Amino acid sequence: MLVTVTVNDEAVTVDVAPRLSLADFLRDNLRLTGTHLGCEHGVCGACTVIVDGRAVRSCLMLAVQADGQSIVTVEGLSEDAGLTPLQAAFRKHHALQCGFCTPGMITTAHALLSEEPDAGADRVREVLSGNICRCTGYIPIVEAVLEARAAYLDKQGAP
Amino acid sequence: MKVANALIGSPVERVEDPRFLRGRGCYVGDIDRVGQVHAVIVRSPVAHGLLRGIDGAAALQAPGVHAVITARDLGPAVPVIPLRLQPLPQLDLFRQPMLANEKIRYVGEPVAVIVADSPALAEDALELMELDIEALPTVTGRDAAQAGDSVLFEAHGSNIAIEWRAVRGDAAAAFATAYYTRRETFRVQRHAALFLEPRGFVAEWDEAAQKLTVWGAAKVAFANRTILAGAMKLSEQQIEMVEVDVGGGFGSRGEFYPEDFLIPFAARHLNRPVKWIEDRREHLLAANHAREIECDVEIAVTKEGRILALRGHSWADIGAYIRTNGSIAPRNTAQFMSGPYAIENIQLTTSSITTNKTPTGTYRGPGRFEGDFVRERLIDLAAKDLGIDRVEMRRRNLVSIGQMPYPLATMTPYESVTELDSGDNHALFERCLQEFGWAEKVKQQGKLVDGRYRGVSIACFIEGGAAGPSEDARIVLQTDGAYCVYVGSASVGQGIETIMAQIAGDALEVPLERIRVRHGSTSDVAAGFGSFHSRATVMGGSAIVLAAEKLKEKIRAAAASALGCAAAEVTLDSQIARALSGGEIPVAALADAPIEAAATFHNKKYTYAYGSVAAHVAVDPKTGHVAVLDIASTKDVGRMINPATLKGQSVGAIVQGLGGALLEHLVYDQDGQLLTGTLADYLLPTADDFPNIHATVLEREPSPNNPLGAKGAGEGEIIPIGGLIANAVAEALADFGVEPMELPLSPPRVWRMITAARKT
Repeated sequence: MLVTVTVNDEAVTVDVAPRLSLADFLRDNLRLTGTHLGCEHGVCGACTVIVDGRAVRSCLMLAVQADGQSIVTVEGLSEDAGLTPLQAAFRKHHALQCGFCTPGMITTAHALLSEEPDAGADRVREVLSGNICRCTGYIPIVEAVLEARAAYLDKQGAP
Repeated sequence: MKVANALIGSPVERVEDPRFLRGRGCYVGDIDRVGQVHAVIVRSPVAHGLLRGIDGAAALQAPGVHAVITARDLGPAVPVIPLRLQPLPQLDLFRQPMLANEKIRYVGEPVAVIVADSPALAEDALELMELDIEALPTVTGRDAAQAGDSVLFEAHGSNIAIEWRAVRGDAAAAFATAYYTRRETFRVQRHAALFLEPRGFVAEWDEAAQKLTVWGAAKVAFANRTILAGAMKLSEQQIEMVEVDVGGGFGSRGEFYPEDFLIPFAARHLNRPVKWIEDRREHLLAANHAREIECDVEIAVTKEGRILALRGHSWADIGAYIRTNGSIAPRNTAQFMSGPYAIENIQLTTSSITTNKTPTGTYRGPGRFEGDFVRERLIDLAAKDLGIDRVEMRRRNLVSIGQMPYPLATMTPYESVTELDSGDNHALFERCLQEFGWAEKVKQQGKLVDGRYRGVSIACFIEGGAAGPSEDARIVLQTDGAYCVYVGSASVGQGIETIMAQIAGDALEVPLERIRVRHGSTSDVAAGFGSFHSRATVMGGSAIVLAAEKLKEKIRAAAASALGCAAAEVTLDSQIARALSGGEIPVAALADAPIEAAATFHNKKYTYAYGSVAAHVAVDPKTGHVAVLDIASTKDVGRMINPATLKGQSVGAIVQGLGGALLEHLVYDQDGQLLTGTLADYLLPTADDFPNIHATVLEREPSPNNPLGAKGAGEGEIIPIGGLIANAVAEALADFGVEPMELPLSPPRVWRMITAARKT
């Protein structure tokens, strides 16, 4: 089936099998390997991408379901060089170790702060509780997201 | 600018982070080779049985399928996975074949490999496989294992594979005259490391060069190359193991599993690159499980609360086979049960028993988490019985600084003698009480606040590190003036590129930006022993220090020849070589050709980090839910390389421990079927579970056993968490007389204990 989607601001049209997941489409067809697969049953959150502004588990969505929609991956939330304020806050707070959950944390946090740049600690924890990190114990991740709020308040929607 | 000693001890931001944060890490799943095909593993749906036949004909005819590989294809003798640690000959019988060929011993055991054009097509074909298995009675617990009506290994005739014994002093004599004794049975549930990136490999056989390349190596690439070479009948020089980014390990990832052989075998069999990435259900069935043990242990104490002795017997459920490191947790439970306490008399035995469940291996703090649960519970029970404050009882029993080095119990078989190397347990204990605010919080003990009972507890631990025999490092001063550091240590996501660069930077007196670290892969250094037993920083780091000294000698020699003086007359300062007579030359200008030096750090003595952890919990009597209000920990690591990454390890370890204490449980039914095969069933800590954790890491007593003075510290605070939380729950529910003897303290279990107490 032909699917036309906008991925990180670029329109692409690809012929895909109906059973292809959005995650596999991004990783295998578009080579956007920043989106990680940790469970493929919608629990771990590592594959989270932003579809029309909402954080979505790309392992639970089919590529064909994304037809006509706009998708942002962790690569799309990164600039050509350097780190965005959200990424810099993660680095500063040592909010990542093995890095495997990190893209999903970044996309989830970005979707949250874009909608709610003043989210409190409890709200941040609640939203991030859908993403599993096995290394950090989450505390530095919550700290990083709270710190990154300032950048989103300054410039609504900026990564 | 002088940079010596500026990097070690500084919380420098990690060099790994930018690529991970921008989605540009390269994990094994991101590796693709031209012409690659995909493997899936056919696994047994039956826990125990005789494999009568495998019919792969229909699968082989399915679209896109290239091969169906069974044990028959592996040659006349199916290779088995050897033991990497404690390779005792009496354990040979229990080694796992790469593919089951006669008998099935657990659900998930590999029986065949299907290779197809895509993972989806391979999975389609998997549905067409027909396995003829004659079921045998399953053994899923200690009772059935000991009864012996059904045995996993007929040639052995019993489900007890081996007994490990830890002995010190004369426990029988101590018990004969002890003022107080108490004997209890404790159980720790089966759970697992559950790193987030599933395992995987890409293997490629170069027929012309007769060379095999395997991407996806982790933890112990060199040891696995040796095993793979043996199984594939290749020389080690024909195999290159490549370590790419690794999404967590915690002891489980990187050990040699059947797939470590099957994927390279398939690649050579088909002469095409083969890729295999584990799915999560498969991971829960196939990767090492851990921790399941039952401990019947007795403590002997004086009237004043001095612990005289520990004795008892434990039964470790090791599952269906003994894996590469399957003896570690059972033996550690016995040897390290005394922890940081001066207990002169020990007689502890652990039986490793085989059952029809997934084989077990190490998971962060192997055997130590289990043993600490038993010991810390017994101390609190004894203190309560004797009317001694449990804080005071711990003070009376911790090994004092004057008693260092302090020998632990000696293990047999595979004799092992070890001693606590250095430390001030009492100082760390008092600091933990202070950081936690014990004096205030203990006042809330047993009180009902907002419908929940409050409890506090404190527990102490030791963490062994720096396993030998050695580690290799090689440093190359490149022609562009950069230093490339190669080390045999492996990354399992703990940030060793940064740590090793800090150590190298200080040793070479150059800034971080001039250093590039490569690690883990077999082509970089002559030998490597990898990352386990909290060894990477101490062993790899010490090797780097030695290699840097040698390299500086070579640079001085090159400068001497350029400056026309003796090497002894050259000083190196901020990358300028100066002669006593006045001449100078930039170091980079000396490297017309790369200058390199290699060194090996040998070590026979372990390091022991140590510390204390305190917890404040609130238990809801209506639901049995245990909320962790606050945790504070202290740990002495001798010398910190990077305080930020170290604290990250501490907090992460505590939260993993809380998962084991409260949430995580691999549940089997009586037929040996795993009931918790998804992350919706196997509960892990999440971001809103444990928000208040405060870790303090100190540098008090350097290890005398390595040039850095550092102690291995990556496992640490997970070790006492089971006992810590159980003791806090016991205190919270003291009015009910609830005494937890089994983990996890899940809401149903706690609720049942409260309900049972109310009935009596």
